[in-house]
Amino acid sequence: MAEAVDYKYIGTSPIRPDGVDKVTGRAQFGADLNLPNMLYGKVLRSRYAHARIKSVDLSGALALDGVYAAVSGADFPEVQHGELGGEGGGDVADIAQNIMARDKVRYHGHAVAAVAAKSLSIAEAALDAIKVEYEVLTPVLDLDEAMSENAVLVDENCFTKNLPETPDKPSNIAAVMQLTRGNVDEGFAQADVIVEGEYRIPMAHQGYIEPHACTASINEAGQATVWCCTQGHFEFRSMTAKVLDMNIADLKFIASEIGGGFGGKTVIYLEPLAVLLSQKSRRPVKMMMTREEVFRATGPTSGTHCKVKVGAKKDGTITAATAWLAYEAGGFAGAPMGPGAMAIFAPYDLENFHIEAFDVLVNKPKVAAYRAPGAPQSMHAMEIALDDLARELKMDPLDLRMKNAADEGTRAPYGPKFPAIGFKACLEAAMAHPSYTKPLPEGAGRGVAAGFWFNVGMQSSAEVHINENGTVTVVEGNPDIGGTRASMCLMAAETLGIPYEQIRTLIGDTESTGFSNVTGGSRTTFATGMAVVQACEDIITQCKARAAATWGMDEDQVEWEDGRAVPAPGVNADVTPLTLAEIAANAAKTGGPLLGRASLNAQGAGASFTVNITDLRVDRETGKVDVLAFTAIQDAGTAIHPAYVEGQMQGGASQGLGWALNEEYIFDENGVMENASFLDYRMPVASDLPMIDTQIIEVPNPSHPYGVRGVGETPIVAPLAAAANAVRDAIGVRINDLPLSPPRILEALD
Amino acid sequence: MNKIQVETSINGESVEFLCEPQQTLLDVLREELSRTGTKEGCATGDCGACSVLLDDRLVCACLVLGAEAQGKEVTTIEGIATEEGLHPLQQKFLEHAALQCGICTPGLIVASKALLDKNPDPDEETIRYWLAGNLCRCTGYDKIIRAVQDAAQELAHPA
Repeated sequence: MAEAVDYKYIGTSPIRPDGVDKVTGRAQFGADLNLPNMLYGKVLRSRYAHARIKSVDLSGALALDGVYAAVSGADFPEVQHGELGGEGGGDVADIAQNIMARDKVRYHGHAVAAVAAKSLSIAEAALDAIKVEYEVLTPVLDLDEAMSENAVLVDENCFTKNLPETPDKPSNIAAVMQLTRGNVDEGFAQADVIVEGEYRIPMAHQGYIEPHACTASINEAGQATVWCCTQGHFEFRSMTAKVLDMNIADLKFIASEIGGGFGGKTVIYLEPLAVLLSQKSRRPVKMMMTREEVFRATGPTSGTHCKVKVGAKKDGTITAATAWLAYEAGGFAGAPMGPGAMAIFAPYDLENFHIEAFDVLVNKPKVAAYRAPGAPQSMHAMEIALDDLARELKMDPLDLRMKNAADEGTRAPYGPKFPAIGFKACLEAAMAHPSYTKPLPEGAGRGVAAGFWFNVGMQSSAEVHINENGTVTVVEGNPDIGGTRASMCLMAAETLGIPYEQIRTLIGDTESTGFSNVTGGSRTTFATGMAVVQACEDIITQCKARAAATWGMDEDQVEWEDGRAVPAPGVNADVTPLTLAEIAANAAKTGGPLLGRASLNAQGAGASFTVNITDLRVDRETGKVDVLAFTAIQDAGTAIHPAYVEGQMQGGASQGLGWALNEEYIFDENGVMENASFLDYRMPVASDLPMIDTQIIEVPNPSHPYGVRGVGETPIVAPLAAAANAVRDAIGVRINDLPLSPPRILEALD
Repeated sequence: MNKIQVETSINGESVEFLCEPQQTLLDVLREELSRTGTKEGCATGDCGACSVLLDDRLVCACLVLGAEAQGKEVTTIEGIATEEGLHPLQQKFLEHAALQCGICTPGLIVASKALLDKNPDPDEETIRYWLAGNLCRCTGYDKIIRAVQDAAQELAHPA
C-alpha cells in the first residue's frame, strides 16, 4: 500500500469554476445557441424496422413556403469502410449510413431524409410532404433468432469476422471473440461444486436528460462552424469530415456544455445533416432531437444473452469458469462484446477459463457506448453465479471473492499483469462496513457484487497561460461532464503551488486547442490531468529560467517552491523569492509571454475496482422493489475532488439500479419501441432512492503524477448483480433476467 | 399562419411576444425569446427540466401553451438570483456538488424553490416526493436532497 501524500489542494472539494453559470441558467448547452437568420432542421425517420428504400421524393417538401433545403442519402458522398479510432470511433461507412440511410433502413427510426425550414412547424409539415417508397422486409428482433442458421439477414454483406476461415455464407453474427487460458475441462473436473446460469438483459438507454442538438453554419468557402453537445468535439470533427468528405481544417467544432452523455454522445447523429442543410440553404441550421427520437434512433446499449459456468473447490478456490456472451449490435456491427468479455473475470485470479463473445446484428438502433460498455451485462452474470456458488459452499460471498481476488502481479484475463490495484482493499472495506455488518431490516434482502473497468489513457493536449497578474488560464479539449474543470484547476494548483481560486480552466474549440480524444473511458482526470500537470511543469521550467535571468544565475541554481522561484539549496545568493505574479509582471523583459504546453498519449491507466452492498425490500403483493440502502466502495487511486468522485459513484449506482429494476426497451413484433418516453422508460426518480453511501478507497496509480485512476465508469457495473442478489436474498427465488420489475418478480413468486 | 399576440410578465419584466397557437411556453421562452435557461428534456411533462413558476404555481413549461401566459407572471431560473446575489438554493447546490452536467439544475432549483416557498421545513421524504418530477441522470439525487435540506436550514436561520 502506497504511503498517503499530504496534498494542499488535491483532495479538497471546492466550488467548480463553471458552477455559477450552471445554477443561474447562463451556461449554454447544445440547443441553446440561436443565430440570426437561422433555420430549423428536422429528420424524417423510417416507419419500418427493416425495409429497402426504393425512392425518396423531396419535391413536396421543397415546394413548401419557408423550406430552404431538403436532403436524403443521395446527397451524401460514398464512404468507404474503415475504422475511425478513438473511444467513440467505429466503422465510418457504418456511421455514415446510420445517420442517413442509403439503400436500406435497418431499424424503426432510421434517418431517411432531412429538411431545413424557417420554423419548427414548417419543418414538420415538410417532413409530411416527403414521399418515401419502401419495400418492407421482415425484421429480426430476437438475439437467438438472429444468430440461428436461416435467420433473416440485416446485412447481406456481413461475413463473421475473426473466425479461423472467412465464411462463405453471410450472417447476422458480425464478429466473434474468444479468450482462453489453461484447460477448463480439467478445471471443472477438479471442482467440488459447479454452478451454471443463463441470463437475459434487454436493451437499455443511457438516458441523458439533454437530447442531441447542434447548430451548424457554413460559408461559401466551405468553412463550417458546428456548435454541438458532445463528449468529444475533435472526434466529432473527424467523423463529420469523413461522412461529408470534407477537409477537417474546414470544420470548426465548438463543444457546448453537455447535459449528460455516458458514452451516448461519443458518436455523431445530427452534425453532418446540419452542415449539409446549411450548405444547401446558405443559412445557419439548428437541429434538436425530440426525446422520442433519442430513444428510437440513438445508440442504446446492447441487450444480451449470457451463459456462465463456474466451478470451485470446497474451500472456495475457483478451478474453472466459462462464459458465452451474445450482444445485440443493432442495425450495424459494433456491440461492446470485447470489453464485456475482457471484464467478466477481471476481478479474479483464474487458472482456467474460456470466454466466447458475439457481436450480433438485429433490426434495432445501432448501439453506442454506455458507461463501461459491455461490462455491466457480462459481470451481472458472473456476480450472480458467484453468489449462487457462495450459497452452495455455505461461504460468505465477500470471503469467496477475497479467496480468488486479483492483486498486483495477477495476470488479467486480457493479458497484462495488474500493477497495484485496489480490489482487495475494496473487499476488506466492504467486510468491515456497517452496511454489511448491521442487521438486515425487516423483510429485506441484502446483496453484494464486485465491479471493474479498465479505464483508458489516449490522447490529450493542454496549454497553460500565465496572465499578466499571475493568474492562470488552463485550456484543454475535454467537455466537462461532471466537474473535470475543477479537477484540472486542483491539479494545476498543486503543481504550480498557487491557490485554486487563481486558476480558470476553459474548454477550447478545435481551432484553439490541441487534439483530445473524447471525455469518456474514464480518462479525463487521468490523461488530460496528466497533460495539464506537464504543461504546468513546462511553466515552472520557464519561470525558473526567467528568475535565473533576473538574478544573473544559471537555471540549475533555481528551484520552485510553494508558487515561487527560490535559489536552490546551497546556492548563496541575496535574492528575494519571486512569485508567479512577479515573474509574470516582468515577462516582457525576460523573454515574452509565459505559455506552457503538453500533449501526450497517456500510458498506464489504472483499473478501478468496486464492491457494492445493497438492501432491497420486495412487496410480495405488487412485486415492487424498494431500495432501502446502497453502499458503493470504489478505488479512485487518488480522489482529486472527492465530492465529484462521490458524484460519479452515486450517479453510476443510480443508473445501475434503474437498469436492474425497471429500465428496458419494449419492442412490438414490428420492431417499434413501445415505451419511447420518460413516462414508460422508467428511470429512477428522487423518491425511488435513499441516500447513496460511498467510501472512496485510495490505492494510487503509480503511472499518474497524483495517483489518479479513472472512476466514472466502474460505478454502473456492480449494481445490476448486487440488486439481483439482494432480491434472491429477499424472496428466496433466483431471477436470472433483468429488469427485476414487478411483473417479473410476481411471476417468480408464483 | 396567424400568430397570437401575448402580453405577460417574465421574472418581473413586462414582455410581449408573438407565437403560433400550438407553441408551448417552453418553445416561446427558448426559441422566440432566447431565454434558454429553461431546458427541454422530453417535451411531454415527464422530466421537469422545463420547470417554471406560473403565478407561483410549479408547472412544466412544455405542458403550458405560450398563449396561456397571457396576463400571468412567469418565473424562470433566470429570475431566481437577485441583486443581493445567488438564492441560498443556488449557493447550496454549488457547495454540495449537487450538479454534474447541470442540465437538470435549472428545473430542480425552480422546483425546490416552489417547495421551500410553501413548506419551509420539509423532511427528506417530502423533498424526494416533491422533486420526483425532476429527473436527474448524473447525481443519483443524494447531493441534491442534501443541498435542499441545507438551503431550507439557511432560509429558516439566516447566518
